[in-house]
Amino acid sequence: MMRIGVTKEQAGETRVSATPTTVKAIIALGYKVVVESGAGELSTFPDSAYAEAGAEIGTKKKAWSSPVVLKVAAPTEKEISQLADNAIIVSLLTPSLRPDLLESLATRGITALALDAVPRISRAQSMDVLSSMANIAGYRAVIEAAHEFGRFFTGQVTAAGKVPPAKVLVAGAGVAGLAAIGAASSLGSIVRATDPRPEVADQVKSIGGTYLAVEVAEKMESSDGYAKATSADYDKRAAEIYSEQAADVDIIITTALIPGRPAPKLITAADVASMKSGSVIVDMAAAQGGNVDGSVAGQKVVTSNGVTIIGYTDLPGRLPAQASQLFGTNLVNLLKLVTPEKNGVLTLDFEDIVQRSVTVVKDGSITWPPPPVQVSAAPVAAKVEAPVAAEKKTMSAGRRGGLFALGIIALYLIVAFAPPPLPQHFLVLTLSVVIGFYVIGKVHHALHTPLMSVTNAISGIIVVGALLQLNSPNLVVQILAGIATTLASINIFGGFAVTRRMLKMFSKGGK
Amino acid sequence: METLQNIAPMLATAAYIVASLLFILSLAGLSKHESAKGGIIYGVSGMALALAATSLLTVTKGWNDPTAQLGLIFIIVGLVIGATIGLWRARVVEMTGMPELIALLHSFVGVAAVLIGWNGALYHPDTPENLMGVHRAEVFIGVFIGAVTFTGSIVAYLKLSAKISSKPLMLPGKNLLNIGALVGFVALTVWYVLTPELGLLIAVTILALALGWHLVASIGGGDMPVVVSMLNSYSGWAAAAAGFLLSNDLLIVTGALVGSSGAYLSYIMCKAMNRSFISVIAGGFGIVAPTSGEEEEGEYRETDAASVAELLRNATSVVITPGYGMAVAQAQYPVADLAARLKEKGVTVRFGIHPVAGRLPGHMNVLLAEAKVPYDIVDEMDEINDDFASTSVVLVIGANDTVNPAAAEDPSSPIAGMPVLKVWEAENVIVFKRSMASGYAGVQNPLFFRDNAAMLFGDAKQRVEDILRAL
Repeated sequence: MMRIGVTKEQAGETRVSATPTTVKAIIALGYKVVVESGAGELSTFPDSAYAEAGAEIGTKKKAWSSPVVLKVAAPTEKEISQLADNAIIVSLLTPSLRPDLLESLATRGITALALDAVPRISRAQSMDVLSSMANIAGYRAVIEAAHEFGRFFTGQVTAAGKVPPAKVLVAGAGVAGLAAIGAASSLGSIVRATDPRPEVADQVKSIGGTYLAVEVAEKMESSDGYAKATSADYDKRAAEIYSEQAADVDIIITTALIPGRPAPKLITAADVASMKSGSVIVDMAAAQGGNVDGSVAGQKVVTSNGVTIIGYTDLPGRLPAQASQLFGTNLVNLLKLVTPEKNGVLTLDFEDIVQRSVTVVKDGSITWPPPPVQVSAAPVAAKVEAPVAAEKKTMSAGRRGGLFALGIIALYLIVAFAPPPLPQHFLVLTLSVVIGFYVIGKVHHALHTPLMSVTNAISGIIVVGALLQLNSPNLVVQILAGIATTLASINIFGGFAVTRRMLKMFSKGGK
Repeated sequence: METLQNIAPMLATAAYIVASLLFILSLAGLSKHESAKGGIIYGVSGMALALAATSLLTVTKGWNDPTAQLGLIFIIVGLVIGATIGLWRARVVEMTGMPELIALLHSFVGVAAVLIGWNGALYHPDTPENLMGVHRAEVFIGVFIGAVTFTGSIVAYLKLSAKISSKPLMLPGKNLLNIGALVGFVALTVWYVLTPELGLLIAVTILALALGWHLVASIGGGDMPVVVSMLNSYSGWAAAAAGFLLSNDLLIVTGALVGSSGAYLSYIMCKAMNRSFISVIAGGFGIVAPTSGEEEEGEYRETDAASVAELLRNATSVVITPGYGMAVAQAQYPVADLAARLKEKGVTVRFGIHPVAGRLPGHMNVLLAEAKVPYDIVDEMDEINDDFASTSVVLVIGANDTVNPAAAEDPSSPIAGMPVLKVWEAENVIVFKRSMASGYAGVQNPLFFRDNAAMLFGDAKQRVEDILRAL
């Protein structure tokens, strides 16, 4: 039974890695939980609530010396030194941007699980902290914008005059973007959204936004669930759209991020200058360099033409109770995965791609980056197969035509050159085939079995052939024909009788 | 006797035309519930007419020929024995055993076609010299189709009755084997047309028997509905081939009718399963890509009969989606009872039938009809699929792949794209199952791990009876 330490975050981080609710769930997995005193204060979870949930309230030292330490933000050097040797730490680590952090964790023989390295597969969705935090951030971005915006979001016709609805542009329809679109449209504004992946158009529409497509001869394929960099042509057309929109909308929320790269610049200084006074921009990518010219990470700035640019980087932390709850639940789901026996012992299984991906340092050796995971099979499979299938179809349409023509010619040649009585036989055959298709075309599904058994009975007509051979003078032929007659008549009588039996059972309600 | 002998062929020709028409009407009648019983009458009268006319023809022709007399006795003996066995089997067969019976009956047509082909080779008095080549080719085609139908149906019968494993047989290079057999058949046919030797006839018979066996053996048990319907079609073509051989239009018409309708029926079913029709005919279409490593797993919730009864009592609408498991457990009677009881309580009850539920097209409809479930509350997949979202409780009784959300949502799944019953959209889903094993496609079913789904383990019949008691 391992002890899990829930630590208090550094100043500036309002979230906490476990809430009283998730502590209960962790204890149910067999662990013991120590919560550093005051850890949940900023998220409005008092120590007493943790104690009630079954956790022990302890000192900073006790929490940090636990074999497993839970945290929200990446640990500082000083915090790492407080860890016990061979401890396991679970937190956000941004492994791709912080090789130094991995180094210093590795020197201590520590095992580190990065919550922001969860692969984007459906099974791991319940542990995807980035998604759950992005969801909150998107919502909060709208709230921040509404707070700065000096007017209503919704259009109203009042006794004091008509108020037009606010127009909101959301750049990037990922999790955060979709959350922002949803929040903005439920406040009553007109929402437009851009995204390089055309397949998100339906998602945008489904939550009340209008998708602005960038029409260039290029499509983005995403195999890992994240957006990728775009081509020059695309960027040019997209820039035009942003310029057009900037002059028109009241609020812009940008969410464009490409993993492991600085954020793309979407809104230029000229675009900002073209906006109406009083407009608000929320740059959710400010921490990665910003999507907007002039945004400052962690700050709110007001331009000379009266446009407010918000570059807060702690949007999820501004909803601390909510963010802690979702973060904590993601963490519990991860703990569930690594505690299959529910015995309070954390065991890592590197065969499992989720566990392999989140483990960035194992027993002192760096295991980042993990082998690439083909994750969202959905778009890949569809994308790769779609053109092939389409090609096949067009080919088979052509081929079908060719085969049909070939068949007709073959039939013609056979009938033209076949000695009588073959041509008559072919006439009868082809007509019967066509009749068979049409007669069966509208059959009710429920009657498939009776139909099959009646056709089975009818195919016993082969008895006619056997009967015709019975008067042959050859004894062997007679015997063979006799056997054939017997078998075929089993078919006839059995088939009709069983069909009758089945049909008798079908009855309409109320009779 | 003289006059009768003279007019018998004319009578027969007339009877054949009328019989052909009756068979067409019979099939047409079978496509609707209201006219289905009339369809049977047409079929039986057509068959009676054909039998009578042919018997008359045979008897009058062979009457004065002492060597033919044994054959004439066979008419009576064969028909009587055949009728006795056929009627007896039809009476005692369980409705759940229907697929096996039909598969077995197909094999008889196959054997008959082979025997007629052989007879055609051994004895052909009326064939003019210029048609001998054509005649020999006809013999081969008839024997080939008949033999494939025969062994194919036998394997299907054995698989359906669980006398052999229903796992697909995987021989290396199976497609080459099939194509090789076809090429061999063509080569043998050409050879036989040039030099008619008995050895070649034996060779082609063996070749076709092996091909039929292999074709069906390489198809998994879950795909049997399509196979049975395909064999039905083959048996029709066998009859048509015999018609060419004997220059008999009735056989051609009837064989082609059965052949094309069977083929079309298989085609409908292939579409319902999102499978390629060509690969069914070619055999071995049961092969699916091995299940991907990323299998959705999770925790399932178990429930008991009492709480299901409680759930049903408070439901406003209930949909029952049966599968092969219901047939195995013979649960159709208690299920019908359950439906009736719920209806009395004012709950809307309907049945949702997947096109390939069970082991025979329309299998579930037959079972429910046997248990007196009125057919107007038994809906097809397309009729009911949009209504699941507004359904309080869905009872999945012994179905698995046909209600697998992976088919609709996970493109990497082996059954991706197959239309399925969207039961998971309902408020509650109760899955009746013997264990957590996967279905015939060998695919894990994420439905079981959904939050709105609960498992009720055990024999479907007993569980439904438990619920009935608790109600």
